[in-house]
Amino acid sequence: MAVNIRELMKIKPYVLPGNASCPGCPEALGLKYVGMALGDRAILVIPAGCSSIIQGLAPKCAFVFPLLNVPFASADSVASGLAAAKEVLGEDAVIVVWAGDGATADIGFGGLSGAAERNDNVIHICVDNEAYMNTGIQRSSLTPYGAWTTTTWRGKREGKKELPLIMLMHKIPYVATASVAYPIDFIQKLRRAASIKGFKYIHLHAPCPVGWRFNPSDTVLMGRLAVETGMWILFEAINGKVRISPPSLPYRDKSKRKDIREYLRRQGRFRTLSEEDIKVMERMIDEAWETILKFSEE
Amino acid sequence: MPIKFLTGNYSVAWGVRLSRVKVVAAYPITPQTTMVEKLAEFIDNGEMDAKMIRVDSEFAALAATWGAAAGGVRSFTATSSHGLLYMHEMLWWVAGSRIPLVMAIATRTIGPPWNIWTDHSDLMDQRDTGWLIMMAEHNQEVLDSIIQLYRITEDPRVFLPGMVGLDAFILTHTTEPVDVPDQELVDDYLPERRQPYVMKAGEPLIMGGVRKDLRENNLMRWHIHVSLLKAKEVINEADKAWGKLTGRYYGGLIEKYRCDDAKYVIMGMGAWVGDMREAVDNLRDEGYSVGLIKVRFVRPFPSDEIFEAVKSCKAVIVFDRSVSAGSAGPLYLDTSAHIHARGALVPIYNVLAGITGIDVTKDDIASVTRKVINDFESGREVPKVMWYFGGGEFWP
Amino acid sequence: MSEEVLKYIPLAKPAIGVSGKTGTWRVERPVVDLNKCVKCGQCWLYCPESVITIDEDGAKIDYDYCKGCGICSKVCPVGAIKMVPER
Repeated sequence: MAVNIRELMKIKPYVLPGNASCPGCPEALGLKYVGMALGDRAILVIPAGCSSIIQGLAPKCAFVFPLLNVPFASADSVASGLAAAKEVLGEDAVIVVWAGDGATADIGFGGLSGAAERNDNVIHICVDNEAYMNTGIQRSSLTPYGAWTTTTWRGKREGKKELPLIMLMHKIPYVATASVAYPIDFIQKLRRAASIKGFKYIHLHAPCPVGWRFNPSDTVLMGRLAVETGMWILFEAINGKVRISPPSLPYRDKSKRKDIREYLRRQGRFRTLSEEDIKVMERMIDEAWETILKFSEE
Repeated sequence: MPIKFLTGNYSVAWGVRLSRVKVVAAYPITPQTTMVEKLAEFIDNGEMDAKMIRVDSEFAALAATWGAAAGGVRSFTATSSHGLLYMHEMLWWVAGSRIPLVMAIATRTIGPPWNIWTDHSDLMDQRDTGWLIMMAEHNQEVLDSIIQLYRITEDPRVFLPGMVGLDAFILTHTTEPVDVPDQELVDDYLPERRQPYVMKAGEPLIMGGVRKDLRENNLMRWHIHVSLLKAKEVINEADKAWGKLTGRYYGGLIEKYRCDDAKYVIMGMGAWVGDMREAVDNLRDEGYSVGLIKVRFVRPFPSDEIFEAVKSCKAVIVFDRSVSAGSAGPLYLDTSAHIHARGALVPIYNVLAGITGIDVTKDDIASVTRKVINDFESGREVPKVMWYFGGGEFWP
Repeated sequence: MSEEVLKYIPLAKPAIGVSGKTGTWRVERPVVDLNKCVKCGQCWLYCPESVITIDEDGAKIDYDYCKGCGICSKVCPVGAIKMVPER
C-alpha cells in the first residue's frame, strides 16, 4: 500500500509542539508516525518510560490520543482487556501498546508473551532506545553488546536479546522491525498491522542522542547507519513468512554493508570498545543476517 | 427463584453471571480456581455472554480486567493469597483511576510455607488501597454480595473498585443451599453500567500522567477517602433495596446479633461469624449477657455503627483472623482507634485466632469469650492482645 | 455527580506547549533559504516537534517551539537549512 508524503501532510499532528522531549528525540518522532498511520482509530497504552514524561504535565498533554498510562509491567495485559471490551461493544479501535525496551523485554516480558500467545487484538510497538533512558540510561536486555550505560561502565558484556525472533516464534500474524529513520516504511507497517486481527509486534529502532552520546541533529543519520551497516535489519513477517524490507535489501550482501565503525565511532556509548569487541560485533551482525535469511523465502 | 446447592465458588460464578459481566480475566490459584472454571463453562456453553481472557498471571488478571473496565464494560476478576499480593501494584492504580470493577477473594493465608487454608491476611493486606472491602458469612451472602457490589461500585457517589472475601474451603468448597435470583430480578436491581469516563477511539483523553500541581494529587487521595466514607450510605441503600426484592437484608455495613441488651460484645468477619452466632446463643443459654457484631464491610470502616452498638458495653472482644505483625489485629486496631476517638472508653480485647488456617470451632469461640468475660468480671488482668491456639491455650 | 469525581481523577487533554515555549531551549536555530528550498517535505517529515510547515514559498518554522535539534538541516537534500547560533 503506497504512502504518499503529500497525503501525510494533510494529517493533523498527533504529537504537539512544545512537548517535554529532548531535542532530537526519536520517541517523539516515532509517535508522530503512529499518529500519521493510525489517526483517530488508535487508543494508546503507555507503560512507564520516556513517553510517560514527554506527554508533559496534566491537565495538559502533548499527545492527541485516548491514552491510558499504566504500571510498568502491565501494558500488554491492559491492552488485552481494552481490546476485549471494544470487541464486546462492537467499537472499531486499534489498541496500541507504545512501550520502551524495558517495558517490552524486561519487566513487561511475561505480559507481552502472554498477550502474544493468546493472539489478543493488539499492536505492540517496542520503541527501542536500547537502555532504560527515562531513569538515567541504565542497561536493559536490549542494550547492545559493548555499549556504555550507567550500569555498564566498561560496556555491556551480553548481547542484545533477540526480541523480533522471539516474537516470530510466538507464531503471531505480524512481526516487523522498523526505524524512525525510515518513516514511510514504518507507517506502511503500522497500517498493515492495523488491518490484521490478532497480536502484532513492531520493533522500532529509536536512536537516542542523550543516551547514545551523539549530536541531536544526527538522530536520523544514526538510524540510517544502523541499517546501512547491517546492524539493524528491517523486515516484516506476515504469518511467519519473512520478507526483508526494501531499505535493508542491499545489505543481505555483506560486501555492500558499510563498515561498522561508521556507526560505532559516532556514538560516545561505544567509546570503550576494543578491536576485539568490534570483531565480536561484526560476527554478531553476520549471524543475525544468516538467521533471519533462513526464515525468508528469498 | 430456584434453590441450588452451590459451593461458595459457584455462588460467585452465579453472581457474576447474573450481573451480566462482559469480561472476565483471571489466573488460577487454589482455592479460587473453581470460580473461574465455572465461569469458563458458562461462557463456553453460551449460557453467559462474555469474554474470558486466560491471562498469564494475577498481575495480568487485574490489569486486563481494568483495561476492559476502562474500555467501558462490566468486568470481573478473582484471586487469593499470593495472587492478590502479586497484583497489589495494580490495586492502587485501579482505585486511583476511579474505574469501578468487582473482585472476589478466596481468603487464604500467606506463605512461606505453602499453605492453602484460610485466614484473612491477604484481604486485610489491601486495606490502604482505596478499594471497598467486605467479607461474606455464607454462600448466599457471597452470591448476593457480588450483585450488590456492582451496584455500589458503579454508583456515581462511589466510583471505586470493590472486593468481597470468602473463606478458603470453609465457603469456597462447601456446598450450601443458595437461592439463585431470577435474571429479571437482578436486571431490575442493577442499572446500566456507569463509569466516570471511557477510553474511546477518536476521543483524546489521557489518564494518569504526571501532574503540574501536587496539590491536585493530594486532593485526589482525599477524594478517594471521602468517597469511601460516602459509600456507607450507598451500601445501606443497596442492601435495603436488595432486601425489598429478595427478602434478604444483611444490615448494611454491620449486622448486630443479640446486641441490644448485651453487656459484652464479640466482633468478627467472614465465615466464622456463623460459629460466633452459635457461640453467642450457647453463652446466652449459660446466662452470659453477650452479643455479636458481624462486620460486613471493613473498608469503609463502620466506625459510627460500631460505636453506637458498643458505647455502653462493659467490654468488646474483637476476633482477628490476621495480624499486623508487631502491632495487633487489624480489625482490633481500627475498632479501638475509632471507638476511643469518639470518646467511648470501652475496654477492647483482641483475640488472634485461626491464623494460617487452624480450625476454630464455635466451642473455641465460646470458651475464649467465657474466659475473657470471667477474668474481666473478677478483676483479673486480661491482656489486651491474645493469641489463641486452641484447646484453651493462650499466648500473649 | 460524575462531573464532581472527574475533577479529582488524574485526567488530561491535548494541548500545545505543555512545556511552555520550548523555543527558549535553543542554542542554535535552523534558517531556511527559500531560494534553495524545493518543497520536498523531508524536513517536515523528520521534525520531532512538528514545528515545520510547507507552504507555496517553502519550509516555514515555528520558532516559538523549535528546539533547534538540527535534524532538519541534516536531512535536507539540497542544503537549504543552516543552523545559526542564537544570540
